[in-house]
Amino acid sequence: MGKIERSVHRRIWVDKLFKAIIILLSLGSIVPMFLILFLITKNGISVVNWEFLSQLSKPVGEIGGGISNAIFGTLWLILLSFIFSVPLGIFAGIFLSEYRGGKLAYLTRLSIEILQGIPSIVIGIIAYVWVVLPMGSFSALSGGVALGIMMLPVIVMATEETLKLVPDSLREGSLALGVSYPRTILKVILPAGLSGILSGILLGIARVAGETAPLLFTAFGSPFMNQNILKPINSLPLTIFNYATSPYPEWHTLAWGASFVLITFVLGLNLITKLVTKKWKVQF
Amino acid sequence: MESSVLKIENFGASFGEHTILKDINLYFSRNTLTAIMGPSGCGKTTLIRCINRMHELVPNARVSGKILLDNQDIYNTDAIIVRRQIGMVFQRPNPFPTMSIYDNVIAGYKLNGIKLRKEEMDRTVEESLRKAALWEEVKDALHRRGSFLSGGQQQRLCIARALAMHPEVLLLDEPTSALDPKSTAHIEELVSQLKNGVTIIQVTHNIAQAARVSDFTAFIYLGELVESGPTARMFTGPKDKRTEEYLTGKFG
Repeated sequence: MGKIERSVHRRIWVDKLFKAIIILLSLGSIVPMFLILFLITKNGISVVNWEFLSQLSKPVGEIGGGISNAIFGTLWLILLSFIFSVPLGIFAGIFLSEYRGGKLAYLTRLSIEILQGIPSIVIGIIAYVWVVLPMGSFSALSGGVALGIMMLPVIVMATEETLKLVPDSLREGSLALGVSYPRTILKVILPAGLSGILSGILLGIARVAGETAPLLFTAFGSPFMNQNILKPINSLPLTIFNYATSPYPEWHTLAWGASFVLITFVLGLNLITKLVTKKWKVQF
Repeated sequence: MESSVLKIENFGASFGEHTILKDINLYFSRNTLTAIMGPSGCGKTTLIRCINRMHELVPNARVSGKILLDNQDIYNTDAIIVRRQIGMVFQRPNPFPTMSIYDNVIAGYKLNGIKLRKEEMDRTVEESLRKAALWEEVKDALHRRGSFLSGGQQQRLCIARALAMHPEVLLLDEPTSALDPKSTAHIEELVSQLKNGVTIIQVTHNIAQAARVSDFTAFIYLGELVESGPTARMFTGPKDKRTEEYLTGKFG
């Protein structure tokens, strides 16, 4: 074998090795996800049945019982946080994409970035001080406020990033028809960015659905089916936390079941997000 | 000229420190097609954007002088009213991607919240699409989104959208610069027919196109109106040396 031939041979071999390494490493990065899914499904799926989803928890020692109040509570909390964060977040996002250079935009963007970095437990304390203390009670409302604060940055950023991608020519086309600025924003620019904003909202929901820390001293948890937003309310993560840290093995099983329900919900949201982005994407 | 529908008098425009246009005087007769030509960066696009106040989207934009539409100063009228009377079609087709073809044509009404009866809407849509020579091609797909249309068809849809508002003046900002030769020919033919019902001002940096389609031509160079007049006269006997040099391809 000549010198050149040997060197070419070596290069081909190095190429193959390199490719093998990146494939292996990317496989490695999806392993944890599958392990988690496997473990939770294995331990959780056997618990999940209609009774589990539709009944309240039973006292220690009694067999069965469900997490209906936690599922209801989680949906309630998501609705509340949605109300607190989505309108505010979308309008802030519109502002950021419309007035990119201004001082207020800079300040807003900075605050949103910092807000996103604040640990969730701290946001829980803030909601405790702002809502729980003045109102004198743990409540679904305070939990909604805490989760809303957590969701806000996700929605602001998704809205801003999406609207930035809407071409200026659409705005010009609308204004040139004698359409006012607010109508142009609401009826032309926003619909063009709808898929991005929707997926931002869904990701925001997926993010807060699994939050435990901010709920510990706001929503607090409750063994009852509570429909009053001024009273403590249960949620899936709180249920998991309380059951998993209890000394009773049958409660541990319930925690696995609740984990399975929660992760199915979050996974479903993520899949729906992908679908929404794909289906509703607007071609410019 | 008493028949002028639009008059530009002693008009100047600037963005911040940059003066783009100075001392422009131009009259446009009703139902004629005027081509505004000149090399890139001469200010011709700025001029027509000033005519429906679209230049105001740029911060620091300032104007001096007057633009009169039917002897009404457009700078003393609400910009929204001005833009409904003076329609505009842009360089790149920009149909609204979230709307059907039908809704695109009457977007000016829908977006403005102007309620029309179903028959009125149907009639406006058909009329406008016929005027824009697009009706035959899309009449069976009115309620589909316009994204499957070709570039030339999309541009005709944008023309239909502007015509649906029954504007007095239609501004075309290099409407064929993003199109292939066949679509360009189609649009040129369409534009020559349209001038029977609307005054058209078309910006172009394509000299041959100006010669083909326009009744009057204005030549702008470095922000100044060098010369204007009937197209045939301009192309056969330009008065200004710079016009002649531009037309013969010495610069631009």
